[in-house]
Amino acid sequence: MSEDTLYDKVWDRHKVTELPNGQDQLFVGLHLVHEVTSPQAFGMLRERDLDVAYPGRTFATTDHIAPTEADKRERPLGDDQAEEMLSALERNTSENGITFFGFESGKQGITHVVAPELGLSRPGMTVACGDSHTATHGAFGSIGVGIGTSQIRDVLATGCIAADKQQVRRINVEGSLGEGVYAKDVIMKIIQDLGVDGGVGHVYEYGGPAIEALDMEGRLAVCNMSIEGGARAGYINPDETTYEYLEGREYAPEGDAFEERKAYWESIASDADAEYDDVVTVDADGVDPLITWGINPGQVIEISDTVPHPDAFEDRTDREAAESALDHMEIDPGQSMLGYDVDVAFLGTCTNGRVSDFAEAAKVLEGETVDDGVRALAVPGSETVRKQCEARGIDETFINAGFQWRRAGCSMCLAMNDDSLVDDEVCASSSNRNFVGRQGSKEGRTVLMNPTMVAAAAVEGQVADAREYLDDGPTGGAGGVEEVAD
Amino acid sequence: MSEDQHITDVSGTGVPIPGDDVDTDQILPAKFMKEVTFDNMADYLFYDVRRDDDGEFNDHPLNRFAGASIGVVNSNFGCGSSREHAPQAMMRWGIDGVVGESYAEIFRDNCKSLGIPAVTADHETVTALQTWIEDNPDGDVEIDVETETVTYGGTTIDVDIDTGMKEALVDGIWDTTALMYSNRSKVDAAVDDLPYVAGDD
Ligand code: SF4
Repeated sequence: MSEDTLYDKVWDRHKVTELPNGQDQLFVGLHLVHEVTSPQAFGMLRERDLDVAYPGRTFATTDHIAPTEADKRERPLGDDQAEEMLSALERNTSENGITFFGFESGKQGITHVVAPELGLSRPGMTVACGDSHTATHGAFGSIGVGIGTSQIRDVLATGCIAADKQQVRRINVEGSLGEGVYAKDVIMKIIQDLGVDGGVGHVYEYGGPAIEALDMEGRLAVCNMSIEGGARAGYINPDETTYEYLEGREYAPEGDAFEERKAYWESIASDADAEYDDVVTVDADGVDPLITWGINPGQVIEISDTVPHPDAFEDRTDREAAESALDHMEIDPGQSMLGYDVDVAFLGTCTNGRVSDFAEAAKVLEGETVDDGVRALAVPGSETVRKQCEARGIDETFINAGFQWRRAGCSMCLAMNDDSLVDDEVCASSSNRNFVGRQGSKEGRTVLMNPTMVAAAAVEGQVADAREYLDDGPTGGAGGVEEVAD
Repeated sequence: MSEDQHITDVSGTGVPIPGDDVDTDQILPAKFMKEVTFDNMADYLFYDVRRDDDGEFNDHPLNRFAGASIGVVNSNFGCGSSREHAPQAMMRWGIDGVVGESYAEIFRDNCKSLGIPAVTADHETVTALQTWIEDNPDGDVEIDVETETVTYGGTTIDVDIDTGMKEALVDGIWDTTALMYSNRSKVDAAVDDLPYVAGDD
């Protein structure tokens, strides 16, 4: 009986050889490319006169600089630099025979939303992308790693990355999620418990009843924020939920091939008696929605709690970080985040820009109006998500409430397009990072929360408990609850 | 970059970049990532914190210690986004090596890919070095990768360096594209029994 984790098995199956520098050369089964981090790598390839080794395993889309207002997507783009990046990607992909999901494809969107929904990310794969949130794909039981531009060059030229094997920490999430508590809250709770650098040197294997109960969209949200906890990758063992999600997706194998592949998927799940380097337990019972009060994703509290005093932190670095956070956010220890004034509501991103995120937030918005003082943006994670929401009339709920209903992209997650915070605006955001300057203004303030909380903040113009708007029974405790009909 | 890829030691004047959890959004704000080459990145290094509201250089260390080659940072430096723009900007500004309390892993890997040694020491040691640089802006700081030491003034301190990074730098094998390219015939053989590779899906 073997005692291997999924991580061990996937690593071994993809290991080509050990390199003289002591690292392992790992084959990359899926390489995702976007416009911001790839042009330099294609340039390096040209300098060395190398070809793309596996164009068929490489898929590209545009997300970071994509304008999200329909009329701004006409070419050439109004922003010259954005146009140059987009044209470079078009050229690089077409010259190298790489599939590119551009605006006209109808499938454009954030890499970490597009690849899962098209069935490109599957169990037992290695996935690499020049983006730190590549851990997202671990939701399928794959190993997703974010890489730098030189490593993108590696993957383009050789189909491989040079990597060091990490330790595996199993995180058992016991219990079940209460009404109005979502996958986003689970991962924020984990980061609160283990810290923003708790995962350094580790990959996280998420499991336990509260994780198994999540649907794929919820699992994607959990794995997405592994990097915020310091872990290079995070994954969930594949199960029936995974297989059901994959069946029928555009790039998923069909018929007999699907069944054959399923045998492989089942075989790579962690063994029942797998040996972990570390095991921790997190209790989901009784957890309230979480919300950040500071300037890193670990500065987070349950909505029922108050902002901690810096002295409450034992560690000097945590104490100093808390002090700068209080200063930047202009809040005091002991204060509740409820009632904290909000200027912008932003719903979207690779964490929470999927159909179930909009569907859940729509439950809050039904019959409500966005506060006069709030600029509210709903930005689907992909054009596929947008169309599915529109087919279900979810867009109407948003528009009627006073949200702007946009086209797909990263948008105000990092403000590389026109969507940006101004001055010291406060943003209730469903994204994953609240670093100073992240949303485009160095005085800007970001408060991370789940999608329903973003909707409630939009309505009240201040941080609010969204559960007061969700009185139609338990939601099932997933990141997404309703099955999405394609 | 010279033909010789062996990096055994780097030296020059130092620049303290104090603060814990300095993330890559601060090192290289995203708004400057919209260029298709890294050529101008040095101009954007710590762009926001280096300037006053009217765009003039303030007294940020990078302004006061122009020409420095060794950055001295605190804990969890380079956290956040994986953008290689951050170490690229530092390298193009002139940084050849970094001494710090700890680094985010992707940042450290990116440094390795660029041949920038990133060594670590404890909080007291690092802050002592930062203070020394403040007092001795023209003083030389040398990182010896092989002996895992940093020398400044009359002081030599022991530092740590990730074993993989040390070997890669000292043996001149940090260009992983070259290393892996020489194995290209092995790749298909190693993975052709992977079901999804065999099935070409
Ligand atoms: S949505 Fe935000 S975190 Fe996700 S890929 Fe885009 S910029 Fe990165």
